[in-house]
Amino acid sequence: MRITQGCFSFLPDLTDEQIRDQIEYILSREWAVGIEWTFEPHPRNTYWEMWGHPMFDLKDAKGVMMELADCRKAHGDAYIRINAFDSSRGWETVMMSFIVNRPAQEPSFRTWRQEVDGRAMRYTHEMVGGMPG
Amino acid sequence: MNEMSKSQITDAKKRYAAGVLKYAQMGYWDGDYQPKDTDILALFRITPQEGVDPIEAAAAVAGESSTATWTVVWTDRLTACDQYRAKAYKVEPVPGTPGQYFCYVAYDLILFEEGSIANVTASIIGNVFSFKPLKAARLEDMRFPVAYLKTFAGPPTGIVVERERLDKFGRPLLGATTKPKLGLSGKNYGRVVYEGLKGGLDFMKDDENINSQPFMHWRDRFLYCMEAVNKATAVTGEVKGHYLNVTAGTMEEMYRRAEFAKELGSVIIMVDLIIGWTATQSISNWARQNDMILHMHRAGHGTYTRQKNHGISFRVIAKWLRMAGVDHLHCGTAVGKLEGDPMTVQGYYNVCREMHNPVDLPRGIFFEQDWANLKRVLPVASGGIHAGQMHQLIDLFGDDVVLQFGGGTIGHPMGIQAGATANRVALEVMVQARNEGVDIANEGLEVLRKAAKWCKPLEAALDTWGNITFNYTPTDTSDFVPTASVS
Repeated sequence: MRITQGCFSFLPDLTDEQIRDQIEYILSREWAVGIEWTFEPHPRNTYWEMWGHPMFDLKDAKGVMMELADCRKAHGDAYIRINAFDSSRGWETVMMSFIVNRPAQEPSFRTWRQEVDGRAMRYTHEMVGGMPG
Repeated sequence: MNEMSKSQITDAKKRYAAGVLKYAQMGYWDGDYQPKDTDILALFRITPQEGVDPIEAAAAVAGESSTATWTVVWTDRLTACDQYRAKAYKVEPVPGTPGQYFCYVAYDLILFEEGSIANVTASIIGNVFSFKPLKAARLEDMRFPVAYLKTFAGPPTGIVVERERLDKFGRPLLGATTKPKLGLSGKNYGRVVYEGLKGGLDFMKDDENINSQPFMHWRDRFLYCMEAVNKATAVTGEVKGHYLNVTAGTMEEMYRRAEFAKELGSVIIMVDLIIGWTATQSISNWARQNDMILHMHRAGHGTYTRQKNHGISFRVIAKWLRMAGVDHLHCGTAVGKLEGDPMTVQGYYNVCREMHNPVDLPRGIFFEQDWANLKRVLPVASGGIHAGQMHQLIDLFGDDVVLQFGGGTIGHPMGIQAGATANRVALEVMVQARNEGVDIANEGLEVLRKAAKWCKPLEAALDTWGNITFNYTPTDTSDFVPTASVS
């Protein structure tokens, strides 16, 4: 199944040119750019692995594209996302996040239901497939 | 009215002799008063009865919203009454509207109880709106000093934390209200929720009058909606939510419903504005205690916010709600079926989202407001909007908004999932285009048409609603610019 996290998952996968355009936008807002990757795209898996520190003070998208190429080379079968961070007071958070790499075979999630008091239910989502051997 | 009757009588014997004085004579008008940083300020639009001097009318507003009664009372002299009197300090004719005046009133901070919107409203709107010498009165704007704001906890979650909790960044959130809003059984209702969420929405929503009617008991609704939310999370890999409306007849019952929503793992609950200020502050405290996002549906506000000459502007309601502490607030769409001039609506959004509001008369912001780090409220645009307006909505409101397409999702010719997908694709493609530098206000429709070539649901949405607009003249507009209507 196609996991639809990030702000462009309903579009066809972005080309490198389209990714570069979004990075230019991020840099024009003076946000820092971070690359993160994971084999476990569970909706509650907050902390993907950082591909180095977020890149601060960048002027050119080229630097990010080179890092992305290296990350893809190392983790081509992982999910990779690009995050933009705004350090200005009152935000100080991720302002944008989008997936730029997906495994050929995406995992899915199984819902476990546990019947508890009354008719209430406890739900747990377990990832199925996707983890590298 | 001569000049004498406009100024305060300073001779104590004359001032406190039994009988009736003009409010200005009693000291409720001071044209030289310089508001203090710690004063609460209010701007009223007043329409005095024929023959009533606007300055005396303004003094009456200040008087009746602070210490005055209709006659002199000697017991004033037991108090530091000069400081307790609110002061009308400026009166200006409303541009282009003969007979109406803007009157500015300053209130000393001691007049208000800390952390209580009930007390603010009882003072500021308690009495004056029925006052006979005024034909009509409207509370247009207020300024709250930092000292007072710091007595409120504000939104329990706020935009930043909500986005982090939901893992959704860089685009507006998408929602839809379940329709028909009355009559569905819990099981059928949950079906609509599942289809919408699976199709691409972040949230589904109870409508304002879905509580616990004979056709659907509230527990049934909560159980089926959470099944739908969890199932949709599993098939998309995204965090999903449904605003479970906990509005009920008593506070005890609201807490009971909120607790059940929490037990079931809901990320968000909702209440209607008609529960009142005290109930809102109470449920806000509960939400803060339980990591719950609190959605506020502004049910009923149109009874007092819509007409320009009488009532309360929604920008004041929005300020009170940010203080009382809600996370989501319906603020209008400008382009949809419900009342709202675009710039006036943008003014409400700025009140909700900014940490500092400068004076902005075309958007109806009369006072500078420092929000003292009170969290940001996420505005909600809902009511008669569809995918074909995506470029206008993003151009007007930016990323920090929930766009809710109820009919525009559920009424889609290919079904609810397709309706949701059409909206999500329209949203993402428009954000992408804007970031790439496309002038979406003018070229947005082209962006949508291009995406419709590969997205059938979007094509069908544009074919069905592409030409639907709600072009009526708004009633609540700024007095300082010509009103533009968005087509």
